[in-house]
Amino acid sequence: MSSPETPVSQTDSAPETAKSVSFNKRLDFRYAPPVLITLILLAGHLSFGILASYRTVILAVGTSMITELVLARLVVGKWRNLSSAYITGISVSILIRSPMFWPYALCAMISIATKYVLRYRGRHLWNPSNFGVSWMLFTAPFSVAGLSIQWGNNLWPMLIIWPLGLVIVWRARRFHVTFTYIVSFIVLSGLRSVITGASFLAEVAPLTGPMYQLFVLFMITDPVTTVSSRKGRILVAFLIALVEFVLRLNEFIYAPFYALFLVGPVAMMIDLRRKKPATD
Amino acid sequence: MLVAMFLAGLLTAPLIIQRYTASGTFSPGKDSREFALEHFGFYLENVALASGLEFTHQSPRLDPKLQHILPQIASMGASVSIVDFNRDGWSDIYVTDSRYGTQNALYRNESDGTFRDVAAAMGVADVNRQGTGVSMGAVWGDYDNDGYEDIFLYKWGKPELFHNDGGSGFTSVTEQSELPRWVNANTAIWLDYNSDGYLDIFMGGYYPAKFDLWNLNTTRIMPESFEYAQNGGRNYLFENQGDGTFRELAGQVGLTSTRWTLAAGAADLQQDGYPELFLANDFGVDEFYANDQGERFREVGNEVKTGFTPKSGMNVTFGDIANQGLFAIYVTNITEEGVLMQGNNLWMPRQGGESMTYSNIAGQRGVELGGWSYGAQFGDLNNDGAVDLYVANGFISARKGTSYWYDYSKVTGGNSAIISDARNWPDMRGRSQSGYQRNRVWLNDGTGRFQEVAGYVGGNAIFDSRAVALGDLWNRGVLDVVVANQNDRLLVYKNTVSRGHHWIGFRLEGTRSNRSAVGATVTLHWDGKTQSQIVSGGIGYCSQNQRRVQFGLGDSEQVEQAVIHWPSGNRQQISRPEAGKVHLVREPQ
Repeated sequence: MSSPETPVSQTDSAPETAKSVSFNKRLDFRYAPPVLITLILLAGHLSFGILASYRTVILAVGTSMITELVLARLVVGKWRNLSSAYITGISVSILIRSPMFWPYALCAMISIATKYVLRYRGRHLWNPSNFGVSWMLFTAPFSVAGLSIQWGNNLWPMLIIWPLGLVIVWRARRFHVTFTYIVSFIVLSGLRSVITGASFLAEVAPLTGPMYQLFVLFMITDPVTTVSSRKGRILVAFLIALVEFVLRLNEFIYAPFYALFLVGPVAMMIDLRRKKPATD
Repeated sequence: MLVAMFLAGLLTAPLIIQRYTASGTFSPGKDSREFALEHFGFYLENVALASGLEFTHQSPRLDPKLQHILPQIASMGASVSIVDFNRDGWSDIYVTDSRYGTQNALYRNESDGTFRDVAAAMGVADVNRQGTGVSMGAVWGDYDNDGYEDIFLYKWGKPELFHNDGGSGFTSVTEQSELPRWVNANTAIWLDYNSDGYLDIFMGGYYPAKFDLWNLNTTRIMPESFEYAQNGGRNYLFENQGDGTFRELAGQVGLTSTRWTLAAGAADLQQDGYPELFLANDFGVDEFYANDQGERFREVGNEVKTGFTPKSGMNVTFGDIANQGLFAIYVTNITEEGVLMQGNNLWMPRQGGESMTYSNIAGQRGVELGGWSYGAQFGDLNNDGAVDLYVANGFISARKGTSYWYDYSKVTGGNSAIISDARNWPDMRGRSQSGYQRNRVWLNDGTGRFQEVAGYVGGNAIFDSRAVALGDLWNRGVLDVVVANQNDRLLVYKNTVSRGHHWIGFRLEGTRSNRSAVGATVTLHWDGKTQSQIVSGGIGYCSQNQRRVQFGLGDSEQVEQAVIHWPSGNRQQISRPEAGKVHLVREPQ
């Protein structure tokens, strides 16, 4: 469930403040996430075979990058750095499972295209892969499912994911988002347990899975699609957990994706309305 | 605007694709029989009741600590094997039941179109007694080479071996066979792993043997992972000593894994004279054991590329799908729309230098998406000269319109400490999970590509189907289909094949090889085609096809030759065997 588009997106279409970072730091930070996500992917595949095949990865990444190149040229009129598209492609290839090839290409194209179309005051509203994956899961269940492989349900993948994730989250100054979401999820798991009669451990179980942790660490912390104030981000993280809580009570298997899909853009729009229009 | 239209097009694409790819369901009309015979060359009709095969399987009742997820735990035990136990030339059927106090059934073929349950009279009915466990399956093999097929019964309990007393009864020889006290097994097959002329037994564990599922001291019995579990039952290899006793030596020969094995298949896939073992494992990767000259097994799944991506292996079967003399390996897994798209595997061998590797071509060949699939068997259902595929589907059909999938996915995504404890699994509360699924009949077009035709030819039952066995039940030269359903009635599909589709059969009897000829390969050459089949000692999920091999010939009546590779190493050639009959072939000394 990872989509560590955070830092790349930051350099990709970030607010003005981010652009004041020095060139070297930008360069370092820009390429750290693609490298990290690639390492996670390779570690996951070589140890647990998390990829259905290399062909789907190549397809998703290739489609994502080509779409980015074409749309950037058409819409913005310039070539764009492809690291964000690379991460979107990787995320798509990890997050969806299909015995066919077309869902990977379509999901990658949708994800990238939303960045150029679903915009408000110069900013795109959805985390790209969150939109693409949610859309595919909702509209194409006959061909698509979420990731089934759970990296062994063991402890040691967490020992890799947590440090890597925390480095990125800390670097992106989004630790409070992750923290708020986790605390909210645990508390709401207790409440769900009371309501449904299922054990607390059953309700909290998803959070103990490595792939869910990627969602918590990376996807909901994407700076480009999170609001500008710290208090606002904390509130949004809680709201995502709350909407997920409601969806889970209604047995939506992909509740976290849908919750972010619903809450994220609304929060962004409200936030942007309260601010001056962006310049890009 | 252009980009917005582009995105709009992309967003609507899934809906358009669904509209144009939806297969829908087909309800056979009055003329479906004629339509099926004309277009597909065969038609299946359930004649169980009319033939005296009135049998309903019952699931086990287990420890009350498992009551909240009982349908999931007690979801196995319906098995079927086809055997000619009394050597009268007519196929008989053995089916298992799985509740304490229930009786297994041995349906003797009366050769008049009907069957009669003689299990009680033969001494193989009352095998689900309190404290001894219940049946999960049975396989037949002539372990003492006396010409009569003996029966090995594997259970969640004490496995049992019955000696066939000349077709007139069975004697339990379990005690002198030195079988283990308790095994929670869901698969066993006969094979002659060292080609010494005596049949050995492989048995695969599912739950670890330390658990008596009726009297549990713990609820930590579940797999530690949904796709990487290695806390299942152990393997057993009982080497036949030739004197009626067996020696267990799985550990000595390298069969040391403790995965959750649901099906085993043996065939000489490396063509070196010794059978390889393929294990379909639930909750993990499948295993491919190469046989090193009958001395040791070596797990080579990664090397041959069948053992990397973990799925939920339920069944394994072998078939020469493209008439190349090469056996593809078909493994069933789970496909549930929008939840879990594992897809079934069709592993096709590719010879590269000295090593053989496999690639999964299930998607290309149209046999990937089944459902929650269990048993599957290859067989030429319309006698057109290419093997077809029957696949059983369905996990738990409980309350309609309900699903346990949400709770299931919630727990299986968690840490091993959570998933492995049954206490943490939410109450099923009568909900279904991948229930009411149709079985599949995939018709081979002759090139190894398959088309799903169950809706047209019959056989698309909506039960929680488990085991499938193929055999010519009425000696008509066609393969009939028997399906054992969990907690439901037995289905016996009588097959009608279009006129002009010819066939030939071979019943092999080993002399230097084991008398059942298990492990022998028959390769038939006719009309410019070549097809190989294996004499099996049990194949598929809890099932066993008829012992003899049967080939469809299409519209050809001339066979050039049949070549038999016996387990002993003997090679026998039969020139111009007559079509339309079963040939009894004794191995030359």
